[in-house]
Amino acid sequence: MAKEDSIEVQGTVLETLPNAMFRVEIENGHKILAHISGKMRMHFIKILPGDKVTVELTPYDLTRGRITYRFK
Amino acid sequence: MIILKSRQEIEKMRKAGLVVADVLDGIRELIKPGITTQALDEFAEKRIVSAGARPAFKGYRGFPKTLCTSLNEQVVHGIPSREVSLKEGDIISVDVGAIVEGFYGDGAKTFPVGKVSPEAERLIRVTEESLEKGIAEATAGKRLYDISSAVQRHVEANGFSVVREFVGHGIGRNMHEDPQIPNFGERGQGPRLKAGMVLAIEPMVNSGGAGTVVKEDGWTAVTADGSLSAHFEHTIAIMPEGPWILTKK
Repeated sequence: MAKEDSIEVQGTVLETLPNAMFRVEIENGHKILAHISGKMRMHFIKILPGDKVTVELTPYDLTRGRITYRFK
Repeated sequence: MIILKSRQEIEKMRKAGLVVADVLDGIRELIKPGITTQALDEFAEKRIVSAGARPAFKGYRGFPKTLCTSLNEQVVHGIPSREVSLKEGDIISVDVGAIVEGFYGDGAKTFPVGKVSPEAERLIRVTEESLEKGIAEATAGKRLYDISSAVQRHVEANGFSVVREFVGHGIGRNMHEDPQIPNFGERGQGPRLKAGMVLAIEPMVNSGGAGTVVKEDGWTAVTADGSLSAHFEHTIAIMPEGPWILTKK
């Protein structure tokens, strides 16, 4: 099969949800549900509404993502 | 998400795997100078249907045929055609997928047409060996990229290169499931392998550089430098007792 790479987009956190889930508005205006990458959890990086973040999407499901970076 | 299969599900996948193995055995007998890749495709479709199965590739994202037939510098996804006939000295990679009771089997082999150059022969042998080495790593408790790394090491130790743009895949009720299985990677990395995973491991090996280009038909992938390419694939199930090659009789 052809290798499918994940897509990285920038977004803004709208609200924090239970279970370390977040609603994020990505650059193109879509609102997606994102969880936080394991590495960020391990380092106790706090994410608050209004934070700018990098979200990784997979081509399989564009409504969910994984937050991999929080800009300071 | 990697979907684990029960023993009963794996038994069904074995049926699909045996159809694939049977078609490739039949193809081996048919390969000789003069036969068209279309004739191979028609044979494969008949054989799959008469076994009570369905071709997996036909119609998949618009792919028009039952087989992928990739000659010489073609890496994968070559489309069978009446216009293409085999010549002495060619090598041809044949990839076949079958669906039985909703489960997929996927396998490929590269065949020499008549007498081929020593380099082509060596490429075919090393590619098949690299698949065997990858499968040997597919045991519960290891990591996914242990498979990838075993393939890559064997290929590169022999002076060939592994393709980066195409990868193996999980397989089950869908032809392509998680995880993607690159033919390159670091030992000890990647998801941990568990009993119940079913994987299609498929080294694609170029005699020259690793680069590939997809032709204007949107399917046929060729080596960027025109060097030869070989492709072997098995669907395997990780059983508690070790890997079970579902596409081998």
